[in-house]
Amino acid sequence: MIEFRLDRGSGVATYLQLVHQVKQALRLGVLRPGDRLPTAKEVVDQLAINPNTVLKAYRELEREGLVAAKPGLGTFVQRALGGTSVTEHARLRDSLGAWVTDARAAGLDAEDVEALFAAVVLDKFRVGEETA
Amino acid sequence: MTASTALTATGLGKRYRGNWALKDCSLAVPAGRVAALVGPNGAGKTTLLHLATGLLTPTSGSVSVFGEPAGRNATLARVAFLAQDKPLYDGFTVADMLRFGRHLNPRWDDDSARTRLAALGIPLDRKVGALSGGQQAQVALTVALAKRPELLLLDEPLANLDPLARHEVMRDLMVAVAEREMTVVLSSHVVPDLKDTCDWLIVLNGGRVQLSGDIEELIAGHRLLTGPVSLADGVAGRLDTVDDRRTDRQATLLVRAGPGEVFDPRWTVRGVELEELVVAYLRSPDSTALPRLTLAGVLGGN
Repeated sequence: MIEFRLDRGSGVATYLQLVHQVKQALRLGVLRPGDRLPTAKEVVDQLAINPNTVLKAYRELEREGLVAAKPGLGTFVQRALGGTSVTEHARLRDSLGAWVTDARAAGLDAEDVEALFAAVVLDKFRVGEETA
Repeated sequence: MTASTALTATGLGKRYRGNWALKDCSLAVPAGRVAALVGPNGAGKTTLLHLATGLLTPTSGSVSVFGEPAGRNATLARVAFLAQDKPLYDGFTVADMLRFGRHLNPRWDDDSARTRLAALGIPLDRKVGALSGGQQAQVALTVALAKRPELLLLDEPLANLDPLARHEVMRDLMVAVAEREMTVVLSSHVVPDLKDTCDWLIVLNGGRVQLSGDIEELIAGHRLLTGPVSLADGVAGRLDTVDDRRTDRQATLLVRAGPGEVFDPRWTVRGVELEELVVAYLRSPDSTALPRLTLAGVLGGN
């Protein structure tokens, strides 16, 4: 089970924040196929948001084939995201960590690193535009 | 088609002596929505809610609830109204308030009311007058919800509450909406509290409806432009302009335009926040953005 958070000042639509957090959890392996997502009521009780917003986020995830609603039972994860194993993740995290240490030693601060990282991501993913 | 509309007003007006508190008000709130009724003091919010409950009778036009005229006995059973001053009897205990509600309302749900108060830690034997403002608001909301309304009308439910109590009242209201089929119309002038909780917006100003629509569609249908003042007339002549502010060099325009609208690259274009949208309309009382289809639907549904 995951717990949603809201960044109320981000300007990102609330339902999209929920969608992104589910995807993030799928990528990191926090959510796995077969897991149940919190019910609309559980999310509402925690975040004090309109239940239709939660349902809209779940419909979007369903449309992308990531989750499926089972009437009377809840909404369940259908498939994982990212296609990489947990060990692969650990390896990439280590090499990124080494790069960040290197960047820091070169005098870059956190904002410089984030800007550079974002620019490279944009560059490498520009072909195809498939960033889901 | 009226079955899917919880609250419908058609040419609705209310005059007190010489003054129109509400004039030529036409709107339709679909069932299942949480609608925010926003506007400055004296805009007619309370008058509209009182007309919808049948506490007032219209001077002109009509108002209906689930297709039936407001104020009829059959309609009253389906509607709960929480007035601004949260009318409770100070000398009653909380248990007395529940007993009172049970006697007056055939569909009264005593179990859920008691469960709710227990979860909030509000003792049943306490006198209502001895409760904090936040607790009184929660007792009033509990009584309104225990009536099991299909339409819940709340007049300034968040007024005079501290931020924590506001959060708790809105959270509990949203949970109630998640648990059952219920339409909510609540008036407020604290727009940030409504951002994540309401999905329908009604802006009243000077007794008239300026906006009534789905919040996401309204947000998606407006753009804020900043750019050289020389370009402003061109845009203002082509698109509905809600707000138009100009200095000798720069213009800032809030226009009705969808995401597909193409602008001169010299404009800086961005989307709007709910509060910006509300403020822009309130500042320009002559602007309205009422979807013609909705209005036609209201009239056709008569």
